[in-house]
Amino acid sequence: MEKIKVEICLGTACFVMGGADLQDLSDIIPLKFGEKVEVLGNTCLDLCSTEYGKAPFVKVNDFIIEKATKDKVIAKINEILSTQEK
Amino acid sequence: MDNNSQEIHVKKEVLIELIKAFFSDNFEENTRLVPYEIRPTGAEVPYRCCIYKERAIIKDRTIAGLGFPIEEDDERRSLTTYAKKAMERTSLDGKNLTVLQAACKGCVPSQIHVTDLCQACVARPCQSACKFGAITVDNGRSQIDASKCKKCKMCISACPYNAIVKITVPCEEACPVGAIAKDDSGFACIDFEKCISCGRCIAACPFGAVHEKSQIIDILKAIVSEKRVIAMVAPSIAGQFPGSVYQLKTAMLKAGFDDVYEVAQGADITAANEAKEFMERMKDVNDKNTDWLTEWANEGGYGVSEEPSENENLHKFMTTSCCAGYNQLVKKHLPEIKPFVSNTKTPLFYTAELVKQQYPDSITVFVSPCVAKRAEGFEDKNVDYVMSFEELGALFVAKKIEILNCEETKFKKESSKQARNFGVTGGVAESVKKSLKDEDLVKPLVISGLNKDNIKQLKKIATCGECENGCNLVEVMCCEGGCIAGNATINNARIAKKLINKLVDASEDIDKI
Repeated sequence: MEKIKVEICLGTACFVMGGADLQDLSDIIPLKFGEKVEVLGNTCLDLCSTEYGKAPFVKVNDFIIEKATKDKVIAKINEILSTQEK
Repeated sequence: MDNNSQEIHVKKEVLIELIKAFFSDNFEENTRLVPYEIRPTGAEVPYRCCIYKERAIIKDRTIAGLGFPIEEDDERRSLTTYAKKAMERTSLDGKNLTVLQAACKGCVPSQIHVTDLCQACVARPCQSACKFGAITVDNGRSQIDASKCKKCKMCISACPYNAIVKITVPCEEACPVGAIAKDDSGFACIDFEKCISCGRCIAACPFGAVHEKSQIIDILKAIVSEKRVIAMVAPSIAGQFPGSVYQLKTAMLKAGFDDVYEVAQGADITAANEAKEFMERMKDVNDKNTDWLTEWANEGGYGVSEEPSENENLHKFMTTSCCAGYNQLVKKHLPEIKPFVSNTKTPLFYTAELVKQQYPDSITVFVSPCVAKRAEGFEDKNVDYVMSFEELGALFVAKKIEILNCEETKFKKESSKQARNFGVTGGVAESVKKSLKDEDLVKPLVISGLNKDNIKQLKKIATCGECENGCNLVEVMCCEGGCIAGNATINNARIAKKLINKLVDASEDIDKI
Protein backbone atom coordinates (compact mmCIF):
# COMPACT_ATOMS: atom_id res chain seq x y z
CA MET A 1 0.00 0.00 0.00
CA GLU A 2 1.28 3.42 -0.87
CA LYS A 3 2.01 5.83 1.96
CA ILE A 4 -0.31 8.79 2.39
CA LYS A 5 1.59 12.02 1.92
CA VAL A 6 0.81 15.04 4.10
CA GLU A 7 2.26 18.43 3.22
CA ILE A 8 1.84 21.25 5.73
CA CYS A 9 2.31 24.70 4.30
CA LEU A 10 4.82 26.78 6.23
CA GLY A 11 4.43 29.87 4.09
CA THR A 12 4.13 33.12 6.05
CA ALA A 13 0.45 33.54 5.19
CA CYS A 14 -0.53 30.03 6.27
CA PHE A 15 1.50 30.40 9.45
CA VAL A 16 -0.08 33.75 10.31
CA MET A 17 -3.62 32.67 9.46
CA GLY A 18 -3.57 29.78 11.92
CA GLY A 19 -1.09 27.30 10.46
CA ALA A 20 1.37 27.71 13.33
CA ASP A 21 -0.71 25.25 15.27
CA LEU A 22 -0.42 22.60 12.54
CA GLN A 23 3.26 21.99 13.26
CA ASP A 24 2.02 19.63 15.94
CA LEU A 25 0.96 17.25 13.18
CA SER A 26 4.60 16.28 12.56
CA ASP A 27 4.55 14.77 16.06
CA ILE A 28 0.96 13.53 16.12
CA ILE A 29 0.80 11.75 12.76
CA PRO A 30 3.70 9.31 13.27
CA LEU A 31 2.32 8.43 16.69
CA LYS A 32 -1.19 7.90 15.40
CA PHE A 33 -0.60 6.32 12.00
CA GLY A 34 2.97 5.00 12.17
CA GLU A 35 4.35 4.00 8.79
CA LYS A 36 1.14 4.48 6.86
CA VAL A 37 1.43 8.25 6.64
CA GLU A 38 4.39 10.43 5.82
CA VAL A 39 4.67 14.11 6.76
CA LEU A 40 6.77 15.89 4.18
CA GLY A 41 9.18 18.58 5.32
CA ASN A 42 8.71 22.33 5.45
CA THR A 43 7.15 23.38 2.21
CA CYS A 44 4.99 26.20 0.98
CA LEU A 45 2.17 24.97 -1.22
CA ASP A 46 2.13 28.32 -3.01
CA LEU A 47 -1.56 28.85 -2.45
CA CYS A 48 -1.50 31.05 0.60
CA SER A 49 0.03 34.19 -0.85
CA THR A 50 -2.99 34.75 -3.09
CA GLU A 51 -5.78 32.91 -1.31
CA TYR A 52 -4.89 33.80 2.27
CA GLY A 53 -8.58 34.07 3.16
CA LYS A 54 -8.74 30.29 2.97
CA ALA A 55 -5.38 29.71 4.65
CA PRO A 56 -3.94 27.67 6.27
CA PHE A 57 -3.62 24.94 3.66
CA VAL A 58 -2.63 21.31 4.08
CA LYS A 59 -2.30 18.83 1.24
CA VAL A 60 -3.18 15.20 1.88
CA ASN A 61 -2.17 13.19 -1.18
CA ASP A 62 -3.72 15.31 -3.95
CA PHE A 63 -6.46 16.77 -1.83
CA ILE A 64 -6.14 20.37 -0.61
CA ILE A 65 -7.66 21.16 2.77
CA GLU A 66 -8.62 24.83 3.19
CA LYS A 67 -8.71 26.55 6.58
CA ALA A 68 -7.01 23.42 7.81
CA THR A 69 -7.12 22.28 11.41
CA LYS A 70 -5.51 19.26 13.04
CA ASP A 71 -8.91 17.56 13.23
CA LYS A 72 -9.68 18.15 9.55
CA VAL A 73 -6.33 16.68 8.50
CA ILE A 74 -6.69 13.61 10.71
CA ALA A 75 -10.26 13.07 9.48
CA LYS A 76 -9.04 13.19 5.87
CA ILE A 77 -6.29 10.66 6.57
CA ASN A 78 -8.80 8.35 8.23
CA GLU A 79 -11.12 8.71 5.25
CA ILE A 80 -8.37 7.73 2.79
CA LEU A 81 -7.26 4.85 4.99
CA SER A 82 -10.80 3.47 5.22
CA THR A 83 -11.22 3.49 1.41
CA GLN A 84 -7.82 1.83 1.00
CA GLU A 85 -8.83 -0.99 3.30
CA LYS A 86 -11.94 -1.81 1.29
CA MET B 1 -5.92 30.69 24.11
CA ASP B 2 -6.90 29.42 20.70
CA ASN B 3 -5.01 31.46 18.11
CA ASN B 4 -6.72 29.61 15.32
CA SER B 5 -10.37 30.34 15.91
CA GLN B 6 -12.57 31.83 13.22
CA GLU B 7 -13.20 35.27 14.71
CA ILE B 8 -9.43 35.81 14.92
CA HIS B 9 -9.15 34.71 11.28
CA VAL B 10 -11.62 37.42 10.21
CA LYS B 11 -9.84 40.07 12.26
CA LYS B 12 -6.56 39.21 10.54
CA GLU B 13 -8.21 39.26 7.10
CA VAL B 14 -9.43 42.80 7.78
CA LEU B 15 -5.92 43.94 8.71
CA ILE B 16 -4.42 42.37 5.59
CA GLU B 17 -7.00 44.03 3.29
CA LEU B 18 -6.47 47.35 5.04
CA ILE B 19 -2.70 47.17 4.58
CA LYS B 20 -3.16 46.19 0.93
CA ALA B 21 -5.46 49.18 0.53
CA PHE B 22 -2.82 51.43 2.09
CA PHE B 23 -0.23 50.38 -0.45
CA SER B 24 -2.69 50.60 -3.35
CA ASP B 25 -3.13 53.65 -5.56
CA ASN B 26 -6.41 54.62 -3.90
CA PHE B 27 -6.39 54.03 -0.16
CA GLU B 28 -9.74 55.65 0.62
CA GLU B 29 -11.72 53.83 -2.05
CA ASN B 30 -10.05 50.49 -1.41
CA THR B 31 -10.70 50.84 2.31
CA ARG B 32 -14.38 51.34 1.50
CA LEU B 33 -14.22 48.08 -0.42
CA VAL B 34 -12.68 45.99 2.40
CA PRO B 35 -16.02 44.38 3.43
CA TYR B 36 -16.75 43.55 -0.22
CA GLU B 37 -13.31 42.04 -0.76
CA ILE B 38 -13.75 39.75 2.22
CA ARG B 39 -17.41 38.93 1.46
CA PRO B 40 -17.81 39.38 -2.31
CA THR B 41 -21.23 38.92 -3.90
CA GLY B 42 -22.14 35.27 -3.95
CA ALA B 43 -19.71 34.42 -1.14
CA GLU B 44 -20.62 31.94 1.50
CA VAL B 45 -22.20 33.52 4.61
CA PRO B 46 -20.50 31.59 7.34
CA TYR B 47 -21.58 33.25 10.58
CA ARG B 48 -24.41 35.77 10.42
CA CYS B 49 -27.94 35.89 9.05
CA CYS B 50 -27.04 37.39 5.67
CA ILE B 51 -24.16 38.80 3.69
CA TYR B 52 -25.27 42.38 4.47
CA LYS B 53 -24.85 41.90 8.17
CA GLU B 54 -21.51 40.14 7.64
CA ARG B 55 -20.32 43.15 5.63
CA ALA B 56 -21.66 45.61 8.21
CA ILE B 57 -19.70 43.84 10.91
CA ILE B 58 -16.58 43.72 8.76
CA LYS B 59 -17.02 47.45 8.21
CA ASP B 60 -16.97 47.95 11.98
CA ARG B 61 -13.89 45.77 12.33
CA THR B 62 -12.25 47.94 9.67
CA ILE B 63 -13.03 51.05 11.75
CA ALA B 64 -11.07 49.47 14.65
CA GLY B 65 -8.31 48.57 12.20
CA LEU B 66 -8.15 52.23 11.20
CA GLY B 67 -7.72 53.06 14.89
CA PHE B 68 -11.13 54.59 15.67
CA PRO B 69 -13.61 53.62 18.41
CA ILE B 70 -16.48 51.58 16.95
CA GLU B 71 -18.83 52.73 19.71
CA GLU B 72 -18.85 56.25 18.29
CA ASP B 73 -19.83 55.17 14.78
CA ASP B 74 -23.33 56.23 13.76
CA GLU B 75 -23.32 54.21 10.52
CA ARG B 76 -23.67 57.38 8.49
CA ARG B 77 -19.98 57.81 7.89
CA SER B 78 -18.44 55.66 5.20
CA LEU B 79 -15.10 53.90 5.47
CA THR B 80 -13.81 56.43 2.94
CA THR B 81 -14.28 59.19 5.51
CA TYR B 82 -12.60 57.11 8.22
CA ALA B 83 -9.67 56.33 5.93
CA LYS B 84 -9.27 60.04 5.18
CA LYS B 85 -9.39 60.90 8.89
CA ALA B 86 -6.82 58.20 9.67
CA MET B 87 -4.44 59.70 7.10
CA GLU B 88 -4.86 63.19 8.55
CA ARG B 89 -4.50 62.17 12.18
CA THR B 90 -1.31 63.10 14.01
CA SER B 91 -2.03 61.77 17.50
CA LEU B 92 -3.85 58.85 19.11
CA ASP B 93 -6.08 58.62 22.16
CA GLY B 94 -5.11 56.33 25.01
CA LYS B 95 -8.07 53.98 24.97
CA ASN B 96 -6.75 50.72 23.58
CA LEU B 97 -9.90 48.69 23.19
CA THR B 98 -13.20 49.10 21.45
CA VAL B 99 -16.34 46.97 21.46
CA LEU B 100 -18.13 46.10 18.26
CA GLN B 101 -21.73 46.24 19.41
CA ALA B 102 -23.16 44.71 16.25
CA ALA B 103 -20.99 41.65 16.86
CA CYS B 104 -21.58 41.65 20.62
CA LYS B 105 -24.53 39.38 20.89
CA GLY B 106 -25.55 41.00 24.12
CA CYS B 107 -25.41 37.58 25.80
CA VAL B 108 -28.05 36.64 28.38
CA PRO B 109 -27.07 38.34 31.66
CA SER B 110 -25.00 36.19 33.97
CA GLN B 111 -27.34 34.15 36.18
CA ILE B 112 -28.07 30.78 37.73
CA HIS B 113 -30.66 29.03 35.58
CA VAL B 114 -32.84 25.97 36.17
CA THR B 115 -33.16 23.93 32.97
CA ASP B 116 -35.84 21.53 31.72
CA LEU B 117 -33.90 18.69 33.30
CA CYS B 118 -35.33 19.67 36.71
CA GLN B 119 -37.52 16.82 37.97
CA ALA B 120 -39.06 18.79 40.85
CA CYS B 121 -37.90 15.94 43.06
CA VAL B 122 -39.10 15.26 46.57
CA ALA B 123 -35.73 15.63 48.29
CA ARG B 124 -35.18 19.14 46.89
CA PRO B 125 -31.45 19.29 47.61
CA CYS B 126 -31.19 22.62 45.77
CA GLN B 127 -33.58 24.23 48.22
CA SER B 128 -31.69 23.00 51.27
CA ALA B 129 -28.34 23.87 49.69
CA CYS B 130 -29.36 27.49 49.15
CA LYS B 131 -28.34 29.58 52.13
CA PHE B 132 -30.18 32.63 50.87
CA GLY B 133 -33.67 31.18 50.52
CA ALA B 134 -33.69 31.97 46.82
CA ILE B 135 -35.18 28.67 45.63
CA THR B 136 -38.82 27.63 45.65
CA VAL B 137 -40.51 24.82 43.75
CA ASP B 138 -43.40 25.90 41.63
CA ASN B 139 -45.10 24.56 38.47
CA GLY B 140 -43.10 21.34 38.58
CA ARG B 141 -39.74 23.08 38.57
CA SER B 142 -37.34 24.81 40.94
CA GLN B 143 -37.50 28.58 40.60
CA ILE B 144 -34.71 30.97 41.51
CA ASP B 145 -35.52 34.40 42.90
CA ALA B 146 -32.89 36.55 41.20
CA SER B 147 -33.13 39.24 43.88
CA LYS B 148 -32.02 36.76 46.55
CA CYS B 149 -29.57 34.66 44.52
CA LYS B 150 -25.90 35.37 45.27
CA LYS B 151 -24.65 33.09 42.47
CA CYS B 152 -22.79 30.91 44.98
CA LYS B 153 -23.50 27.85 42.82
CA MET B 154 -24.29 25.60 45.83
CA CYS B 155 -27.53 24.50 44.14
CA ILE B 156 -25.59 23.52 41.03
CA SER B 157 -23.43 21.09 42.96
CA ALA B 158 -26.39 19.84 44.97
CA CYS B 159 -28.66 18.87 42.04
CA PRO B 160 -28.44 15.13 41.29
CA TYR B 161 -29.79 15.69 37.75
CA ASN B 162 -27.26 18.37 36.77
CA ALA B 163 -30.33 20.42 36.02
CA ILE B 164 -29.02 23.79 37.20
CA VAL B 165 -26.44 25.75 35.24
CA LYS B 166 -24.66 29.03 35.52
CA ILE B 167 -25.12 31.19 32.44
CA THR B 168 -22.00 33.23 31.98
CA VAL B 169 -21.05 36.27 29.96
CA PRO B 170 -17.60 35.28 28.66
CA CYS B 171 -16.04 38.76 28.69
CA GLU B 172 -17.33 39.58 32.18
CA GLU B 173 -16.16 36.19 33.40
CA ALA B 174 -12.70 36.66 31.90
CA CYS B 175 -12.07 40.20 33.16
CA PRO B 176 -10.13 39.95 36.42
CA VAL B 177 -10.96 43.49 37.54
CA GLY B 178 -14.63 43.92 36.66
CA ALA B 179 -13.93 46.46 33.92
CA ILE B 180 -16.25 45.06 31.28
CA ALA B 181 -19.97 44.68 31.83
CA LYS B 182 -23.21 44.85 29.93
CA ASP B 183 -24.75 48.30 29.88
CA ASP B 184 -28.47 49.07 30.01
CA SER B 185 -28.92 48.06 26.40
CA GLY B 186 -27.34 44.68 27.08
CA PHE B 187 -24.12 45.27 25.18
CA ALA B 188 -20.63 44.98 26.61
CA CYS B 189 -19.04 48.24 27.66
CA ILE B 190 -15.50 48.85 28.94
CA ASP B 191 -14.76 51.05 31.92
CA PHE B 192 -11.30 52.45 31.14
CA GLU B 193 -10.86 53.74 34.69
CA LYS B 194 -10.73 50.09 35.76
CA CYS B 195 -9.36 48.37 32.63
CA ILE B 196 -5.78 47.09 32.93
CA SER B 197 -5.53 46.26 29.20
CA CYS B 198 -4.85 42.60 29.90
CA GLY B 199 -6.66 41.56 26.74
CA ARG B 200 -8.53 38.67 28.34
CA CYS B 201 -11.87 39.92 27.02
CA ILE B 202 -10.53 39.92 23.46
CA ALA B 203 -9.62 36.27 23.75
CA ALA B 204 -12.77 35.34 25.66
CA CYS B 205 -15.51 36.74 23.41
CA PRO B 206 -16.63 34.00 21.00
CA PHE B 207 -18.08 36.66 18.67
CA GLY B 208 -14.81 38.53 18.44
CA ALA B 209 -16.59 41.69 19.55
CA VAL B 210 -13.71 43.24 21.48
CA HIS B 211 -11.08 44.83 19.27
CA GLU B 212 -7.72 46.43 19.79
CA LYS B 213 -7.65 49.89 18.31
CA SER B 214 -4.93 49.49 15.76
CA GLN B 215 -2.14 51.96 15.06
CA ILE B 216 -1.21 50.19 11.84
CA ILE B 217 -2.09 53.10 9.55
CA ASP B 218 0.03 55.49 11.60
CA ILE B 219 2.92 53.01 11.45
CA LEU B 220 2.56 52.60 7.69
CA LYS B 221 2.46 56.37 7.28
CA ALA B 222 5.77 56.55 9.16
CA ILE B 223 7.24 53.74 7.05
CA VAL B 224 6.50 55.49 3.76
CA SER B 225 7.72 58.84 5.11
CA GLU B 226 11.31 60.03 4.96
CA LYS B 227 11.80 59.30 8.64
CA ARG B 228 13.86 56.46 10.03
CA VAL B 229 11.47 53.87 11.52
CA ILE B 230 12.95 51.43 13.98
CA ALA B 231 11.14 48.31 15.12
CA MET B 232 11.79 46.88 18.56
CA VAL B 233 10.65 43.28 18.80
CA ALA B 234 9.55 41.71 22.10
CA PRO B 235 11.53 38.63 23.20
CA SER B 236 8.41 36.50 22.78
CA ILE B 237 8.51 37.06 19.00
CA ALA B 238 11.03 34.25 18.59
CA GLY B 239 8.30 31.61 18.61
CA GLN B 240 5.80 33.45 16.44
CA PHE B 241 6.86 33.13 12.81
CA PRO B 242 8.39 30.49 10.57
CA GLY B 243 12.17 30.67 10.26
CA SER B 244 14.74 32.14 12.63
CA VAL B 245 14.67 35.56 14.33
CA TYR B 246 17.47 36.59 11.97
CA GLN B 247 15.33 35.72 8.93
CA LEU B 248 12.49 37.58 10.61
CA LYS B 249 14.72 40.65 10.90
CA THR B 250 15.35 40.55 7.14
CA ALA B 251 11.64 40.14 6.48
CA MET B 252 10.92 43.20 8.61
CA LEU B 253 13.55 45.23 6.77
CA LYS B 254 11.86 44.18 3.53
CA ALA B 255 8.51 45.26 4.98
CA GLY B 256 9.91 48.77 5.30
CA PHE B 257 11.52 49.15 8.73
CA ASP B 258 14.92 50.81 8.68
CA ASP B 259 16.30 48.73 11.51
CA VAL B 260 15.18 46.09 14.00
CA TYR B 261 16.26 45.87 17.63
CA GLU B 262 15.66 42.99 19.98
CA VAL B 263 13.93 44.20 23.15
CA ALA B 264 15.86 41.34 24.73
CA GLN B 265 18.74 43.81 24.60
CA GLY B 266 16.81 45.97 27.08
CA ALA B 267 15.87 42.84 29.02
CA ASP B 268 19.57 42.33 29.77
CA ILE B 269 19.63 45.83 31.30
CA THR B 270 16.39 45.15 33.20
CA ALA B 271 17.82 41.92 34.60
CA ALA B 272 21.02 43.60 35.78
CA ASN B 273 19.21 46.55 37.35
CA GLU B 274 16.59 44.35 38.92
CA ALA B 275 19.29 42.11 40.40
CA LYS B 276 21.07 45.17 41.88
CA GLU B 277 17.85 46.53 43.25
CA PHE B 278 16.96 43.15 44.68
CA MET B 279 20.26 42.97 46.53
CA GLU B 280 19.82 46.47 47.94
CA ARG B 281 16.28 45.82 49.06
CA MET B 282 17.09 42.46 50.59
CA LYS B 283 20.36 43.67 52.13
CA ASP B 284 18.77 44.83 55.36
CA VAL B 285 16.84 41.60 55.73
CA ASN B 286 19.94 39.56 54.98
CA ASP B 287 22.14 41.67 57.28
CA LYS B 288 19.67 41.21 60.09
CA ASN B 289 19.61 37.48 59.57
CA THR B 290 23.41 37.36 59.47
CA ASP B 291 23.64 39.44 62.68
CA TRP B 292 21.23 37.13 64.36
CA LEU B 293 23.13 34.04 63.18
CA THR B 294 26.45 35.47 64.41
CA GLU B 295 24.95 36.33 67.76
CA TRP B 296 23.38 32.93 67.98
CA ALA B 297 26.69 31.25 67.18
CA ASN B 298 28.64 33.45 69.64
CA GLU B 299 26.21 32.96 72.47
CA GLY B 300 25.78 29.29 71.73
CA GLY B 301 22.07 29.87 71.42
CA TYR B 302 21.61 31.08 75.01
CA GLY B 303 19.55 34.16 75.55
CA VAL B 304 18.98 34.67 71.82
CA SER B 305 15.47 34.80 70.41
CA GLU B 306 14.51 31.89 68.18
CA GLU B 307 13.83 34.09 65.19
CA PRO B 308 15.34 37.41 64.17
CA SER B 309 13.06 40.11 65.59
CA GLU B 310 10.44 41.67 63.33
CA ASN B 311 10.89 45.08 61.86
CA GLU B 312 7.82 46.24 60.05
CA ASN B 313 9.70 48.57 57.77
CA LEU B 314 11.76 45.78 56.25
CA HIS B 315 10.62 44.57 52.90
CA LYS B 316 10.91 40.84 52.73
CA PHE B 317 10.15 40.55 49.04
CA MET B 318 10.25 42.47 45.82
CA THR B 319 8.06 42.05 42.79
CA THR B 320 9.17 42.39 39.19
CA SER B 321 7.96 45.35 37.16
CA CYS B 322 8.18 44.54 33.49
CA CYS B 323 4.65 43.33 32.72
CA ALA B 324 2.52 46.24 31.52
CA GLY B 325 -0.73 44.54 32.58
CA TYR B 326 0.62 44.03 36.09
CA ASN B 327 1.81 47.64 36.28
CA GLN B 328 -1.68 48.81 35.31
CA LEU B 329 -3.15 46.53 37.96
CA VAL B 330 -0.86 47.99 40.63
CA LYS B 331 -1.73 51.52 39.59
CA LYS B 332 -5.49 51.03 39.39
CA HIS B 333 -6.34 48.26 41.84
CA LEU B 334 -3.46 47.24 44.10
CA PRO B 335 -1.77 50.40 45.46
CA GLU B 336 -0.84 48.47 48.62
CA ILE B 337 1.71 46.41 46.70
CA LYS B 338 3.37 49.45 45.11
CA PRO B 339 6.17 49.73 47.74
CA PHE B 340 7.21 46.17 46.93
CA VAL B 341 7.33 46.65 43.15
CA SER B 342 10.84 47.15 41.83
CA ASN B 343 11.64 50.57 40.40
CA THR B 344 13.57 49.00 37.58
CA LYS B 345 12.22 49.91 34.17
CA THR B 346 10.94 47.50 31.56
CA PRO B 347 13.04 46.00 28.76
CA LEU B 348 11.02 48.13 26.33
CA PHE B 349 11.92 51.29 28.27
CA TYR B 350 15.66 50.63 28.09
CA THR B 351 15.55 49.56 24.45
CA ALA B 352 13.53 52.59 23.35
CA GLU B 353 15.82 54.90 25.36
CA LEU B 354 18.84 53.41 23.64
CA VAL B 355 17.33 53.77 20.17
CA LYS B 356 16.26 57.37 20.76
CA GLN B 357 19.73 58.24 22.09
CA GLN B 358 21.30 56.88 18.94
CA TYR B 359 18.68 58.21 16.55
CA PRO B 360 16.79 61.08 18.21
CA ASP B 361 14.67 61.77 15.12
CA SER B 362 13.63 58.20 14.54
CA ILE B 363 10.14 56.78 14.97
CA THR B 364 10.09 53.78 17.30
CA VAL B 365 7.61 50.93 16.93
CA PHE B 366 7.33 48.26 19.58
CA VAL B 367 6.21 44.90 18.22
CA SER B 368 4.12 43.39 20.97
CA PRO B 369 2.45 40.15 22.01
CA CYS B 370 -0.31 41.94 23.91
CA VAL B 371 -2.57 44.96 24.17
CA ALA B 372 -1.23 45.91 27.62
CA LYS B 373 1.98 47.17 26.09
CA ARG B 374 -0.09 49.69 24.14
CA ALA B 375 -0.86 51.28 27.50
CA GLU B 376 2.85 51.34 28.32
CA GLY B 377 3.59 52.78 24.89
CA PHE B 378 1.31 55.73 25.62
CA GLU B 379 3.14 56.42 28.88
CA ASP B 380 6.66 56.14 27.47
CA LYS B 381 7.77 59.18 25.47
CA ASN B 382 10.40 57.12 23.66
CA VAL B 383 7.86 54.67 22.23
CA ASP B 384 5.97 56.19 19.32
CA TYR B 385 3.80 53.29 18.23
CA VAL B 386 2.88 49.76 19.23
CA MET B 387 2.16 47.05 16.71
CA SER B 388 0.92 43.57 17.60
CA PHE B 389 2.35 40.28 16.34
CA GLU B 390 -0.91 39.79 14.44
CA GLU B 391 -0.49 43.13 12.71
CA LEU B 392 3.11 42.36 11.77
CA GLY B 393 1.91 39.02 10.38
CA ALA B 394 -0.78 40.82 8.37
CA LEU B 395 1.87 43.20 7.00
CA PHE B 396 3.96 40.24 5.79
CA VAL B 397 0.93 38.63 4.14
CA ALA B 398 -0.18 41.87 2.48
CA LYS B 399 3.31 42.49 1.13
CA LYS B 400 3.78 38.81 0.22
CA ILE B 401 6.99 38.44 2.18
CA GLU B 402 8.09 34.83 2.65
CA ILE B 403 10.17 34.66 5.81
CA LEU B 404 11.60 31.25 4.98
CA ASN B 405 13.05 32.67 1.74
CA CYS B 406 14.82 35.51 3.57
CA GLU B 407 18.53 35.60 4.33
CA GLU B 408 19.64 35.98 7.92
CA THR B 409 20.53 39.44 9.25
CA LYS B 410 22.25 39.54 12.64
CA PHE B 411 21.43 42.06 15.37
CA LYS B 412 24.03 44.69 16.25
CA LYS B 413 24.13 43.28 19.72
CA GLU B 414 23.27 39.69 20.56
CA SER B 415 21.16 39.23 23.68
CA SER B 416 21.64 36.68 26.42
CA LYS B 417 19.95 33.35 26.91
CA GLN B 418 18.01 34.67 29.90
CA ALA B 419 16.91 37.89 28.21
CA ARG B 420 15.56 35.96 25.25
CA ASN B 421 13.57 33.85 27.66
CA PHE B 422 11.97 36.90 29.34
CA GLY B 423 8.60 36.28 27.77
CA VAL B 424 8.17 32.80 29.22
CA THR B 425 6.73 32.45 32.71
CA GLY B 426 9.56 32.20 35.24
CA GLY B 427 11.99 33.76 32.78
CA VAL B 428 12.33 37.14 34.49
CA ALA B 429 12.95 35.67 37.94
CA GLU B 430 15.46 33.27 36.41
CA SER B 431 17.37 36.12 34.78
CA VAL B 432 17.64 37.99 38.10
CA LYS B 433 18.86 34.82 39.75
CA LYS B 434 21.44 34.11 37.05
CA SER B 435 22.69 37.69 37.26
CA LEU B 436 23.76 37.20 40.88
CA LYS B 437 26.99 35.59 42.00
CA ASP B 438 25.13 33.87 44.81
CA GLU B 439 22.11 32.49 42.97
CA ASP B 440 20.68 30.91 46.11
CA LEU B 441 19.72 34.32 47.50
CA VAL B 442 16.74 34.40 45.14
CA LYS B 443 13.70 32.42 46.14
CA PRO B 444 11.18 33.06 43.38
CA LEU B 445 7.42 32.99 43.57
CA VAL B 446 6.03 32.89 40.05
CA ILE B 447 2.57 34.31 39.37
CA SER B 448 1.53 33.19 35.92
CA GLY B 449 -1.69 34.85 34.81
CA LEU B 450 -3.62 37.64 36.53
CA ASN B 451 -6.88 35.89 37.27
CA LYS B 452 -9.06 36.78 40.25
CA ASP B 453 -7.37 34.20 42.52
CA ASN B 454 -3.87 35.39 41.75
CA ILE B 455 -4.89 39.00 42.35
CA LYS B 456 -6.21 37.93 45.77
CA GLN B 457 -2.89 36.25 46.49
CA LEU B 458 -0.99 39.41 45.58
CA LYS B 459 -3.26 41.46 47.81
CA LYS B 460 -2.57 39.04 50.63
CA ILE B 461 1.20 39.17 50.39
CA ALA B 462 1.08 42.96 50.12
CA THR B 463 -0.98 43.14 53.30
CA CYS B 464 1.15 40.69 55.33
CA GLY B 465 4.38 42.07 53.92
CA GLU B 466 5.79 38.64 53.23
CA CYS B 467 5.29 35.55 51.08
CA GLU B 468 4.80 32.02 52.18
CA ASN B 469 7.84 29.73 52.23
CA GLY B 470 10.20 32.71 52.45
CA CYS B 471 9.95 33.59 48.77
CA ASN B 472 11.58 36.94 48.16
CA LEU B 473 11.25 37.62 44.44
CA VAL B 474 7.73 37.66 43.06
CA GLU B 475 7.55 37.51 39.29
CA VAL B 476 4.19 38.59 37.92
CA MET B 477 3.08 38.03 34.36
CA CYS B 478 -0.40 39.00 33.34
CA CYS B 479 -0.89 36.16 30.85
CA GLU B 480 -0.90 32.55 31.87
CA GLY B 481 2.35 31.10 30.56
CA GLY B 482 3.91 34.54 30.08
CA CYS B 483 4.07 36.89 27.10
CA ILE B 484 4.14 33.89 24.77
CA ALA B 485 0.43 33.57 25.58
CA GLY B 486 -0.39 37.25 25.01
CA ASN B 487 -3.69 38.10 23.35
CA ALA B 488 -2.09 39.13 20.06
CA THR B 489 0.18 36.12 19.59
CA ILE B 490 0.02 33.99 16.47
CA ASN B 491 1.40 30.68 17.65
CA ASN B 492 0.10 28.53 20.47
CA ALA B 493 2.15 28.96 23.62
CA ARG B 494 3.38 25.38 23.80
CA ILE B 495 4.91 25.37 20.30
CA ALA B 496 6.15 28.95 20.76
CA LYS B 497 8.03 27.87 23.87
CA LYS B 498 9.76 25.08 21.95
CA LEU B 499 10.88 27.54 19.28
CA ILE B 500 12.12 30.05 21.87
CA ASN B 501 14.08 27.27 23.59
CA LYS B 502 15.98 26.68 20.34
CA LEU B 503 17.14 30.30 20.25
CA VAL B 504 17.82 30.32 23.99
CA ASP B 505 20.01 27.22 23.72
CA ALA B 506 22.09 28.89 21.04
CA SER B 507 22.61 32.08 23.11
CA GLU B 508 25.20 33.01 25.72
CA ASP B 509 24.59 33.18 29.48
CA ILE B 510 23.83 36.54 31.09
CA ASP B 511 26.70 38.48 32.70
CA LYS B 512 27.00 38.36 36.48
CA ILE B 513 26.84 41.75 38.16
